[in-house]
Amino acid sequence: MGIQRGHRARPLEWLAEKFIFLVSLSAILMVFLIFLFVAREALPIFFGRTDTALVQKVIPPDDMDKLSSAQLQLYLELTPQQFAAMDKETLKSLMEVKQEQLDEIPANFRNDPDAHVNTTEWRYLLLPHQWSGYDRPEYIWQPVGQIQKYNIIPLFVGTLKVTLIGLFFAVPLAVGAAIYVSQLARPRVREIVKPTIELLSGIPSVVVGFFALLVMATVLQKIFGYQTRLNAFVAGIALGFAVIPVIFSIAEDALTSVPRPYMQAALALGASRWQTAWQIVLPAALPGVFAATVLGFGRAIGETMIVLMVCSASVMSWSIFDSARSITTTIAAEMAEAVSGGPHYRILFMLGALLFAATFISNMIGEVVINRFKLKLEGKR
Amino acid sequence: MNTITPSQYLPETPPGRHFRAEKFDFWSFFFSGLTGLATLFILGILAVILLNIIINGWSGLSWHFVSTIPKKDFFDVHTTGVLPMIVGTTIRVFVMTIFVLPVGVITAIYLTEYAPNTSLITRVIRAAVNNLAGVPSIVFGLFGLGFFINFVGKNLDALFHNPGAVWGQPALIWAALTLAVMTMPVVIVATEESLKAIPPGLREASLALGATKLETIWKVVLPQALPGIMTGGILAVSRAAGEVAPILFTGVAYYMASLPTHLTDQFMDLGYHVFVLSTQSPNIEQTRPILYATVLVLLMLTFALNIVAIIIRARVRKKLRALG
Repeated sequence: MGIQRGHRARPLEWLAEKFIFLVSLSAILMVFLIFLFVAREALPIFFGRTDTALVQKVIPPDDMDKLSSAQLQLYLELTPQQFAAMDKETLKSLMEVKQEQLDEIPANFRNDPDAHVNTTEWRYLLLPHQWSGYDRPEYIWQPVGQIQKYNIIPLFVGTLKVTLIGLFFAVPLAVGAAIYVSQLARPRVREIVKPTIELLSGIPSVVVGFFALLVMATVLQKIFGYQTRLNAFVAGIALGFAVIPVIFSIAEDALTSVPRPYMQAALALGASRWQTAWQIVLPAALPGVFAATVLGFGRAIGETMIVLMVCSASVMSWSIFDSARSITTTIAAEMAEAVSGGPHYRILFMLGALLFAATFISNMIGEVVINRFKLKLEGKR
Repeated sequence: MNTITPSQYLPETPPGRHFRAEKFDFWSFFFSGLTGLATLFILGILAVILLNIIINGWSGLSWHFVSTIPKKDFFDVHTTGVLPMIVGTTIRVFVMTIFVLPVGVITAIYLTEYAPNTSLITRVIRAAVNNLAGVPSIVFGLFGLGFFINFVGKNLDALFHNPGAVWGQPALIWAALTLAVMTMPVVIVATEESLKAIPPGLREASLALGATKLETIWKVVLPQALPGIMTGGILAVSRAAGEVAPILFTGVAYYMASLPTHLTDQFMDLGYHVFVLSTQSPNIEQTRPILYATVLVLLMLTFALNIVAIIIRARVRKKLRALG
């Protein structure tokens, strides 16, 4: 008898193996589900299935049969599930209620051109618009009030502003420290310093936000002497604290993985340790350092609590000493008051989907760059 | 006879420690110093944050503070306490661990023990794990709301014909599950690291003695990897304990009169409490002591765990390096 192989010999073994394989697919499933369910709630925005116009053309209940079911659903502001659950009588009475509502809108409001537009159309989301009462077209995010203004550009600007300040602060420090720890420090120093810096990532972001709010904001205001105490600058620096450990540990890994002969050759030719680090090791590890920055960017753009605690007014301004409201902050602060299934709720989910896409792409870039870098160092490319 | 004695072809003096750069290079010194300063600066930030919180928080910390259920007014220095927050955070993290540990460990076992290293599916799993690690925490919150509450919960309610929303509302279980999805990469990466540190010889010896692959993993590999798996669990717990954004819409409550007793209850949370206290305090100077004390409790909870994890991980890494 030969050695039996395959699942006939050991059915349990075979089953367990398949089970382990299936469970390991859960990571893929989760990424997929996250995208699916965040995007699902935002779909009506993408397809133009929401309408925020306050003044609409009144449709007499008797004309109900002339409308398609999609039009009727939009007119009555119902979700597909609600719509499917209703019979014709209920729909008709709803249309009567709607008619009364529309008739009750005061006259001065009726003449406001803003009350006639659907503010969830893409041109209102992305382009400046001259709202009544303003003397020029502006980008405005103002989801509460009678005319809900959903221009998302100020949020993009706010996010970018805070993230870039954070990176400008964090990248030089983290990369500098990575060079020092991996190339210049003595092994004993290195073994203590590295885990200590990584400890920084163990501080919860709500604690960093708390520290920035209570201590840093005051100190920085004293140093720089600007007007608003809580602004994008403070938030950016605090964000930098959260990003430093991420960039540091990836950059340090990249620098350490440069083959030792590179260094030994340079040192043997008479270069100083700094010259070796700067002119030999750093260029060799540059893709890794770049990837560290990209991944740090992904972390910074997704950070919520720090920015939420330190600054949150949405103003369209590029000045770093003005307040800013990032995408994450907006979601965190407004989801509680948004009506489930309403336009505001949908737009917040759309912002979440965009955020997910942005971090997904930056992760992918970082990932690919690091993989190529590793292959190159192993001499496989 | 013409012989050569060793002393003739060996150098007379052994090379001492002369391999340093001969002349002093100012710019090298300057830039080395700069990177050293950057390192010091980062360590300084860490020290300042920790010292500031410990010094200011210590005075407010008392047994009364950590064992009292506060009344609705959190800001009264004498009657406030953080017991329900400690309990809420602990329970949600505990429930999360039950879900995340098995899934994370099994995924890591597949990746290190079974997966063919270059196959497409392995690469996709790895990419998914890395991506999961980079998804913003607030997006996990949206996911919890959109998937667990609005989809799973609502459908469960429909299935059991519940009169009101029992499952389809923010609850402890949904917050814990959301956190489990978020911390999965932490467990996977730590477990994988420790599995890789086990010498292949051990596995080969076990297989050569006639054990099956599953028996080898269960009886030889996993016991060896236990410290690493523990590290992963601890890191996940410490990460989850401090996160606020994912639970904002999935289960946390501003105020609850009693402690949570069911998986479908809402709960109070330490991190969220810090957020509430520091952004809604009517008089920040007066409430400063309780604020700092609450932050200190949160830090002690997350940080103590982190330090333990770092120590275990350093040991695992040392083992890994010693092997090769």
